[in-house]
Amino acid sequence: MIQPQSVGVVTPQLAHFAEPLRLRSGETLADYELIYETYGTLNAERSNAVLVCHALSGSHHVAGYYADDPRDIGWWDNLIGPGKPLDTRKFFVIGVNNLGGCHGSSGPSTLNPATGKLWGADFPFVTVEDWVDAQARLADRLGIERFAAVVGGSLGGMQALSWTLQYPERIANAAVIASAAKLTAQNIAFNEVARQAILSDPDFHGGHYYEHGVVPARGLKLARMVGHITYLSDDSMATKFGRNLRHGKAVYSYDVEFEVESYLRYQGDKFAGMFDANTYLLITKALDYFDPAFEHGGNLQAALARASANFLVVSFTTDWRFAPGRSHEIVYALLHNRRNVSYADIECPAGHDSFLLDEPRYHALLSAWFDRIEV
Amino acid sequence: MAGYRYDYEVIAQWIEPGEKVLDLGCGDGSLLHHLMAVRQVQGYGVENDPDKILASVRNGVNVIQANMERGLIGLEDGFFDHVIMSLSLQAMHNTQGILAEMLRVAREAVVSFPNFGYWRHRQSILNGRMPVSESLPHQWFNTPNVRFFTIADFEALCELNGIVIHERLAFDEGKVVLEEPNFLASVAVYRLGRSG
Repeated sequence: MIQPQSVGVVTPQLAHFAEPLRLRSGETLADYELIYETYGTLNAERSNAVLVCHALSGSHHVAGYYADDPRDIGWWDNLIGPGKPLDTRKFFVIGVNNLGGCHGSSGPSTLNPATGKLWGADFPFVTVEDWVDAQARLADRLGIERFAAVVGGSLGGMQALSWTLQYPERIANAAVIASAAKLTAQNIAFNEVARQAILSDPDFHGGHYYEHGVVPARGLKLARMVGHITYLSDDSMATKFGRNLRHGKAVYSYDVEFEVESYLRYQGDKFAGMFDANTYLLITKALDYFDPAFEHGGNLQAALARASANFLVVSFTTDWRFAPGRSHEIVYALLHNRRNVSYADIECPAGHDSFLLDEPRYHALLSAWFDRIEV
Repeated sequence: MAGYRYDYEVIAQWIEPGEKVLDLGCGDGSLLHHLMAVRQVQGYGVENDPDKILASVRNGVNVIQANMERGLIGLEDGFFDHVIMSLSLQAMHNTQGILAEMLRVAREAVVSFPNFGYWRHRQSILNGRMPVSESLPHQWFNTPNVRFFTIADFEALCELNGIVIHERLAFDEGKVVLEEPNFLASVAVYRLGRSG
């Protein structure tokens, strides 16, 4: 359903980059494309641009809808639009699909110009830092020297944080939401289970499944199922499904009995039908690798000394995948460096997925924060 | 901007320009906003009430959500020049804990609180009713206050915990009280330090 205060019909644009991009892995992308969308108008001073970074399953389609498919609404449409917290009457908002993605930017399911074949497993590993470098080039292309803000939730928050470290002079404000300065071992472990589900699918074919005319749908489905469990909270699952039985009683079968099974299978199938398994592998690795403190001997305070942006850090009380404690680490490391930072732990039952909801206190806070930004 | 109070001027006088200041229970951030304007402080507020956190962000003040009853976890020893708790100590359970934490994270602490020994409060009790006044605006059944103490009580606690009172100012509804503050003052403001 199209929301009121929508940015309306949007059209993605493609930017081609011929200048090689050196990646953290040591490899180089000689040539690549980024697909992006923009909402609002860049002002004459070019000072009102806000970059919205996506997480694992997101894309450049952040707000609005497509003329040929009005049901395809941007993944953060409740945040962005005229009169919404990230107000497109004030800000020029950019969403971009990251390198390695599967929504139109160069990635495993696009053509490798060097071979004329799909990249598949040959697409190089990409990191959060590489994405930020690529986003900076897109900003150059659009004539944006400095972002009024970079905003992201989860993996998107890692990109916002990394922006403040890689290009401190090019970002005035950063909103780091339901995120972390590094994944915990437990968090990496969930990603590893998801990857193993894909890698062990007989249809994976070492990542070159396109050539075989198949997709590792079973593996991708399992990966999404395990991921989905971690995005919800125990309470929200209890409220949504409880122990509800489809047949009202046990029928001693491996078919769907509990409603939660039906839900997970549905979510897994839906995702496996629209997402690329190689992209899933790459993005979970980017999540795992992100650790700006690593090159500072694990000292996050030292790592964040480079940042000069004003920060808003937000966590959610029931988020156990990116727990409030991870946000605390960022907040107190920023405070150590005397950076401007505000932090709220929002009461919301929906777990990690809370950051995508329009919980009133959360959106009021974002509104207040964006309102203070001078452009 | 709501909430400008007369104790703000006293507190501002004790703060040097450019200090690092922590305001515990910062409310809507109006004190920090004031100190940023008149003392150019690098200020941070601590709050646990979502509405007040929102108000602080609206006021352009750094605010960090935390439950102070659990101490000031994450804040480094001696990081701040001053830590302030303005009219909030009486609303905390862990009185001794927070005083120790304040003097851990800052060189000096500034504390203000309503004096329950104020003569009007005593009169009210003598008349058989719990006091309600400008400094104690709530009814007994909806007050956020959980500790009821006087200037004399507070100074005895400081003595007991090795907290040095550098300075004390007492007020009767905004006017400075020099004599018999425990009887004549409705609010007291202290500048505290560590002994030794």
